[in-house]
Amino acid sequence: MSAPFRLATGGRIDRSKPLRFTFDGAAYTGFEGDTLASALIAGGVHLMGRSFKYHRPRGFLTAGPDEPNALVGVGASQDRYTPNLRAPVVELHDGLVAESQNRWPSLRFDAGAVNDLFSRFLPAGFYYKTFMWPKSFWKTVYEPKIRSMAGLGKAPTAPDADRYTQVYAHVDVLVVGAGPAGLAAALAAAESGRRVMLADEQPEVGGSLLHDVTATIEGRPAAAWVAETLAALEAKGVQVLTRTTAFGYYPHNMLGLLERVTDHYANPDPKLPRERLWQVRAGEVVLATGAIERPLVFPENDRPGILLADAARAYANRWAASVGKRVVIATACDSAYRTALDLKAHGIDVAVVADLRPMPIGPLVDAVRAAGIRVEAGTAVTGTRGRLRVRVAHLSRLDGRGGAHAPEPVACDALLMSGGWTPTVHLFSQSRGKLRFDEGLQAYVPSVSVEKERSAGGCNGVFDLAAVLADGYAAGESAARATRVRAPASRAFPVDGTHPVTGGHLGAVPHSRNPSAVKAFVDFQNDVTAKDLKLATREGLRSIEHVKRYTTTGMATDQGKTSNMNALGIVSEAIKAPIPQIGLTTFRAPYTPVTFGSFAGASRGDLFDPVRKTPSHSFAVEKGAPFENVGQWKRAWWYPRPGEDQHAAVRREVKAMRSSVGMFDASTLGKIEVVGPDAAAFMEMLYTNAWAKLGVGRCRYGVMLREDGFVMDDGVIGRLAADRFHVTTTTGGAPRVLNHMEDYLQTEFPHLAVWLTSITEQWAVTAVQGPKARDVIAALVEGVDLSDAALPHMSVVECRVCGVPARLFRVSFTGELGYEINVPADHGAAVWQAVYEAGQAYGITPYGTEAMHVARAEKGYIIVGQETDGTAGPDDVGLGWAIGKAKPDFVGKRALARPAMGAADRKQLVGLLTEDPATVLEEGAQIVADPVFEVPARMIGHVTSAYESPTLDRSIALAMVKGGRARMGETIYIPMPDRVIAAKVVAPVFYDQEGARLNG
Amino acid sequence: MLIIRCPICGDRPELEFRYGGEGHVARPAATEALDDQTVADRLYMRTNPKGLTVERWRHVHGCGRFFNAVRDTVSDFFVTTYKAGEPRPDLDALKKEAVR
Repeated sequence: MSAPFRLATGGRIDRSKPLRFTFDGAAYTGFEGDTLASALIAGGVHLMGRSFKYHRPRGFLTAGPDEPNALVGVGASQDRYTPNLRAPVVELHDGLVAESQNRWPSLRFDAGAVNDLFSRFLPAGFYYKTFMWPKSFWKTVYEPKIRSMAGLGKAPTAPDADRYTQVYAHVDVLVVGAGPAGLAAALAAAESGRRVMLADEQPEVGGSLLHDVTATIEGRPAAAWVAETLAALEAKGVQVLTRTTAFGYYPHNMLGLLERVTDHYANPDPKLPRERLWQVRAGEVVLATGAIERPLVFPENDRPGILLADAARAYANRWAASVGKRVVIATACDSAYRTALDLKAHGIDVAVVADLRPMPIGPLVDAVRAAGIRVEAGTAVTGTRGRLRVRVAHLSRLDGRGGAHAPEPVACDALLMSGGWTPTVHLFSQSRGKLRFDEGLQAYVPSVSVEKERSAGGCNGVFDLAAVLADGYAAGESAARATRVRAPASRAFPVDGTHPVTGGHLGAVPHSRNPSAVKAFVDFQNDVTAKDLKLATREGLRSIEHVKRYTTTGMATDQGKTSNMNALGIVSEAIKAPIPQIGLTTFRAPYTPVTFGSFAGASRGDLFDPVRKTPSHSFAVEKGAPFENVGQWKRAWWYPRPGEDQHAAVRREVKAMRSSVGMFDASTLGKIEVVGPDAAAFMEMLYTNAWAKLGVGRCRYGVMLREDGFVMDDGVIGRLAADRFHVTTTTGGAPRVLNHMEDYLQTEFPHLAVWLTSITEQWAVTAVQGPKARDVIAALVEGVDLSDAALPHMSVVECRVCGVPARLFRVSFTGELGYEINVPADHGAAVWQAVYEAGQAYGITPYGTEAMHVARAEKGYIIVGQETDGTAGPDDVGLGWAIGKAKPDFVGKRALARPAMGAADRKQLVGLLTEDPATVLEEGAQIVADPVFEVPARMIGHVTSAYESPTLDRSIALAMVKGGRARMGETIYIPMPDRVIAAKVVAPVFYDQEGARLNG
Repeated sequence: MLIIRCPICGDRPELEFRYGGEGHVARPAATEALDDQTVADRLYMRTNPKGLTVERWRHVHGCGRFFNAVRDTVSDFFVTTYKAGEPRPDLDALKKEAVR
């Protein structure tokens, strides 16, 4: 397709390199150097999307990252599709595929536009008012409808095919923004020989100088000066990052930078990542982020073809794209006069410049008049016409009493506006620096710094080019010297061809039309009008933070870059209060949207989280075992035989273990070695039990409490020597327990000579459980008398198993005769295999975590974190026997003596047997005393564990019930959505209550 | 991301540390003698000052040591850090120093 609005000459595009692309399926051609926006404007396209709420046709407003309207989805395939990109910052490449968003069925005809006609039913805060009743409608009707009608782009449906990397960097000086101020700052900092990084979001450095075709710096055209300066910076070793947005300012001068590496290539090098996330720690920071032009808030200021004035100038000068053939300019600021002059120089018809100010003066105004362009002072645009593109602007002379005279219609195909400039203080504000409202500039500017940073140029409220360069240089110098004292610029940059700029307007433009019938947009992306803001103040909202949330102004993805100051101006006028009194909403990271991919970096798929595998992992894989995720561990859940489901497999495993022998990989248990002359004294303090008299070679079940007396962890602890304990913890609790131990050792008991070492990863554990356990391991264990007398239940011996050093524990978590063979982790797989082979004669059955859980529940063994929830004391879960009552002190002892810990109605561990033995309760289900109850029911407890017991051939459950031990034999009730289940309270040990099997 | 000065290792990024609650809440000796209210206060009541506060931190992904730190809850920044067992610094003096 031809490009009717491409200017014949000029621009920083390469006309020898045409690029083909499509927008909504139509083919266009641009040039290398174009953005999607500039190429479409050159092609005469302004209709870019439908607005968020009213579905009004919208076009480009800006030429940069502040764009609120022209959001597009880019990508030829779903795995490389990105929604919500701002067209002015999408660089063109050959074959680019882009589409508009938020329209149905088509961009030109959009059904949602009926919202515009019914807008009087959709005032500010309408969702707080309209969709309240009936309550059930919110989830079923209102929310789905609103979500389908409103909204931005659609998330891609395929996984992201691209790669993202993350880089950490340390620099002495980071300069953010490579416009005139940033370039000058980098020059100054580079002189000092310090490590300097210069980052800019655009594809090339230069900022506003890239579209300034009249200014000269040090006698050279601005563009030439930029090129020379860049070469000088690179020669001095400055790291220059383009296409890199500093999006976040974090404490201690940590900045987040997003570098777009390949998006601008048609066929990127597959070795390159799509984006790099830089985390830069800077000694000193110079913020040179420039300023953002404000729109004027006049009725119907949102039609396609209505742009900011300096954006139109940039499109013409930088990209040789004309926004129209005949333009009207509405302004309150001198800078729009530069636009008038530059467009006229390109041969574009500038019909009129309408200036809100009663008497605009100055060299720029004179130059425009001298060029023969009509200038109307004290004149506003009070309305526009044109359905899919602006056709007519209504110009009205202001009457000086807050209204306007009858309008003069002026035909045009583009309407350019300028309400002045807002310093880009986002990063400064993120750094928690304090802003100050400058009455002269009518803008917030940086005042008091918190971090080691300084602002320079436009973001510092300095707009005259010579002053901007000097300000930047001085900022760079002070950064290099690591001082906040700004020396007077030691380098002046002689500048010509530019004029100082003054003027601006905050708030709505006066008009005499019916205020309830017109829409003058403040926040284009969230469709917030001047009327909405005034309504909010009438409804009593005073703080800008409240007005913002009520009207949603400034809450869109652009974070109000173009709208916040106008919103403040309108609220200020409405409630007759000065702007500083109304405040300013908080700026939050990110400055512009950042992809999830860059935050995730390499942490996806297999690299998302480390995987911890047990020594028997490949054995389990071979047997087709499903795995249960326990923290980062993969644990075999059950070992199915052909045709078996979970139920059948678990049932077989438990029965085999109880009747003959089973084996289980217990390597994931946390293990800590407590060593030192005071090891026993330390254990006395950290566990409730008595340890001093525990013989070497003996084990004890230990209970660990927090200082508040609640159960924190448990495990079997073996004494290997007078000064050495082998402590086991729950699988998930190991790091927490070690931290807890270190805490007390370092801070409360530093006089104890004890050393703590995590040995979880060092020892692999094969548990062999069942009546035949001794027979199985007898052939593998060297030189140990395994008889019940020599190695009774709860003992430990250091020996060799299968020829490798081992710690052999005789312990049981199943209630059967059992051993746990600890061997160095490297030998774990071999020993597991050896046990499996030795056990074949007895039909040894490997069992998984599910069978382990069932077996321990049959015996009423608790699992900390399942039966306990951080509010269970040791007595509550039946561990009162484990408290060393004669001990003078241990962690949690005094708290246990509080009256509440002994109250009769505390939740206590009980067993439950359902009346119907086939009914398995649901874990977590609440328990009531009376089957007939009113909602809300009085709950007396909850089910903590529930299984079908293969051993008892019926369902069993453990529960925490108020005063449970006094309720033995009572029937309690578990209400479920469809019925109420009755169950009898019993002791929590269902099988072998006397423990005879342990001593087999 | 804050930089925290470990008294053993020096300046390290926040990621390497873990917060450990309020500092100088000593586990009292002879707890049996304390009345229940005092015990409950010791266990559960913590100060929540605006301004300088003393906290415990652990260089958990470094030397593993617990230490104490004075932090300003308004600015979030650390004022000073010192080893466990060293006396609590004079916060008023630190405040004056910060003003200077």
